[in-house]
Amino acid sequence: MFISQNFEMDSFSQNPEFTIHSFFTFLDTTIMAVEFEGGVVIGADSRTTTGAYIANRVTDKLTPIHERIFCCRSGSAADTQAIADAVTYQLGFHSIELDEAPLVQTAASLFREMCYRYREELMAGIIVAGWDPRRGGQVYTVPVGGMMTRQPVSVGGSGSSYIYGYVDSNYRAGMSKEECLKFTAEALTLAMERDGSSGGVVRLAVISEQGVERQVILGNQLPKFSTV
Amino acid sequence: MSEELFPEPEWLSEEVKTGTTIIAVTFDGGVVLGSDSRVSAGESVVNRVMNKLSPLHDKIYCALSGSAADAQTIAEIVNYQLDCIKHEEDDPLVCSAATLVKNISYKYKEELSAHLIVAGWDRKKGGQVYATLNGLLSRQPFAIGGSGSFYINGFVDAEYRKNMTKRESQEFVVNALTLAMGRDGSSGGVAYVVTIDKDGAEEKCVLGNELPKFFDE
Repeated sequence: MFISQNFEMDSFSQNPEFTIHSFFTFLDTTIMAVEFEGGVVIGADSRTTTGAYIANRVTDKLTPIHERIFCCRSGSAADTQAIADAVTYQLGFHSIELDEAPLVQTAASLFREMCYRYREELMAGIIVAGWDPRRGGQVYTVPVGGMMTRQPVSVGGSGSSYIYGYVDSNYRAGMSKEECLKFTAEALTLAMERDGSSGGVVRLAVISEQGVERQVILGNQLPKFSTV
Repeated sequence: MSEELFPEPEWLSEEVKTGTTIIAVTFDGGVVLGSDSRVSAGESVVNRVMNKLSPLHDKIYCALSGSAADAQTIAEIVNYQLDCIKHEEDDPLVCSAATLVKNISYKYKEELSAHLIVAGWDRKKGGQVYATLNGLLSRQPFAIGGSGSFYINGFVDAEYRKNMTKRESQEFVVNALTLAMGRDGSSGGVAYVVTIDKDGAEEKCVLGNELPKFFDE
């Protein structure tokens, strides 16, 4: 992800937005979420960058919004944290009023409302995923700009470009929980290997009726894809 | 530092690019090259059936990407240079062809913006693939290039295996091209595939409706 504040107009460059000197903290990242029968699997890398310096190499980009609803954050670290806090508050309030667990779609709509309304000021790409009793596991993607759409599998962040081909070819409907975990871990590993802004460890979480199970795959335990 | 408030529309100054996907893979006994067929100028597709696999010699081909004019010119010049030395030896080495491409790319790197992948078969080292991005020369088991190649980095990293058969390599190339064309707006059309082994070069065109189908959300 790139921003276009403080750029220099280079007369030879046709794309000024790519000649940047930005020192805002970014979650240039790879995030992913997959639906399966009975829940969702979400995953993210763990790198936060400020320019070329890795400000945090063990970031947790999987943020709980409610008991069984998480969001995966990419883009500006500050923006996404602020939005997530605001939505957590709104959703908590809504859930108490309703006196039951909120729908994942409600959480996604709250994200969308905020991301769209303040689209000029914000730089946030968010994937909302969770489980509710009415519709089971769901993944909603709210990319930069503020659109919202439900998808069985969604990838986001700067590293996601590199794995579109892999995800398109390897995703099948009706995978089991273990298959989804393996699929997510492998896709994130491939992205981390190619994208300089993604790296560190792979954080995974499974959200289902039973609750949330989190796991971390350390660097030396990641799946190996060697072409040598 | 100045800011342009009203930049002129892009298509007025947009050069013709082969925003593209190209790939070359070695297998035991030769190489397989593949490319899409779309040439764009800004948002407009100016040629939807361009063959970006250009012969440099009987058993050496190159795949073009980047600026259409630059890439074609480099390929023609190297084709001519290889023709000149044809009289001295029968089969030029793939390494020689790649070095000639690299020399031009490096010498004029400020003016040119083209990335050619050179691949072929020779008697000395069999099937070889060379990447010549911006003037470097690197021999690799396989190489991908063009704007569409970003989307298949993960796929090729995961799916490439050493010592595939000719059939498997061709399938790998067609699958990779299809996935890239599905995600990159600047790649599309048909898939051209060239297989080079000791017997020569075999060209094939896979039409849009014959391409494999992948899960599309």
